[in-house]
Amino acid sequence: MIVGFTLNGRPREIDVPPSQTLLRTLRDTLGVFDAKEGCSEGVCGACTVLLDGRPVSSCLVLTPTARGRRVLTVRGLERAGDLHPLQTAFVEHGAVQCGFCTPGMVLTALAFLEQRPRPDREEIRAALAGNLCRCTGYAKILDAVEAYVSGRRADG
Amino acid sequence: MHSFEYVAPETLDEALALLAEHGSEAKALAGGQSLIPVLNYRLARPRIIVDLNGLRLGGVRVEGEQIALGALTRHCVLEESAELAGACPILGEAARLIGNVRVRTLGTIGGSLAHADPAGELPLVMVALGASLTLRRARGVRRVAAADFFTGYLTTVLEPDELVTEVEVPATRGKGTAVEELARRVGDFAMVAVAAVVSVDRRGRVDEACLAYGGVGPRPLRARSSEDALIGQEPTAERVALAARTARASLQPQSDAFVSAAYRSLLVEVLGRRALTRAVSRALEAA
Repeated sequence: MIVGFTLNGRPREIDVPPSQTLLRTLRDTLGVFDAKEGCSEGVCGACTVLLDGRPVSSCLVLTPTARGRRVLTVRGLERAGDLHPLQTAFVEHGAVQCGFCTPGMVLTALAFLEQRPRPDREEIRAALAGNLCRCTGYAKILDAVEAYVSGRRADG
Repeated sequence: MHSFEYVAPETLDEALALLAEHGSEAKALAGGQSLIPVLNYRLARPRIIVDLNGLRLGGVRVEGEQIALGALTRHCVLEESAELAGACPILGEAARLIGNVRVRTLGTIGGSLAHADPAGELPLVMVALGASLTLRRARGVRRVAAADFFTGYLTTVLEPDELVTEVEVPATRGKGTAVEELARRVGDFAMVAVAAVVSVDRRGRVDEACLAYGGVGPRPLRARSSEDALIGQEPTAERVALAARTARASLQPQSDAFVSAAYRSLLVEVLGRRALTRAVSRALEAA
């Protein structure tokens, strides 16, 4: 069936079977590989995308239910070839090792910061509790988000 | 995932007609946070998926002492609604414990109740609050008390051609409520979850108490003997501790691959005491 949605600011229209998940559509139909397949049951957070600004597991969304909505993957954060400042903070703080969880971490953190712009470390930890990382031990991810939050505060 | 027919009705009548036509070969899709994992693992193979997301079944209405929650109300709405935080704060408190943030973005109250996981937060809270569910089918409508809706493990009185369309919940202004749970990891289903609703009269005695548990049986269970131990009494720390011990004595949780019955039993008492303690202190503030 024909499904249209906005992907990273650009309208897309594709022909997919209705049983295809949004994750499959991104990766196999559209060649957008920044959402990763981990558990396929909505637990690990590697396939996180923002749907109308809120985090969802793209492995648990049937593509037709995304029709008419805004889908944001991590590559949609890039501006004129530059990384988003939160991505830069991840790089600077060693918060990326294998990178598999990183897109989900970044998107989940940004959606959370929209609602709560000045969180403390514990609140950041709770906000990212649904995103699993098997490399970093999480400390450097929390460092990166905290640094981004205080950097924004310094900017005004 | 297997291939299936997909229909997205625009009205409730169309949705109910589709369910009437296809019966148990159809599966209703709301937030999909339980259904899609089941499909991903090929544990179910419905021939047709009826997507309810285009229906106008969301929305929270607070009218005096009654709250009507549309079945498509997302968990994140329960978490964030200022109106509910005033009228029935246990809904937000329970919603914050559900799964992870992504589950709460899409998951719906109707879907959670219809799925009926025995450790699910919303089934438990609806039993504790004495909520009632509106079930519609093409040829009629009925209202069922939450306590009668759940019949066993992942099983309810919902017929294949019926939908939960609304949940009516009494406001809890003037009462104290609390929910507690312990899960092995954040976001897992609880090993034991408990919801407490308490009110005290002008003399400072408990005049209403409800203590309901999830994870200790095939459906949410009330600890009635524990409630009886509180009603008419001053809710001192000793009395609350006694009520929690009574709950432990009256419930017989089972072992599973992760948790022993003995540990669940311990949790019944400890979490029950914590929930009652918080509910009582809120009830005393409200009285």
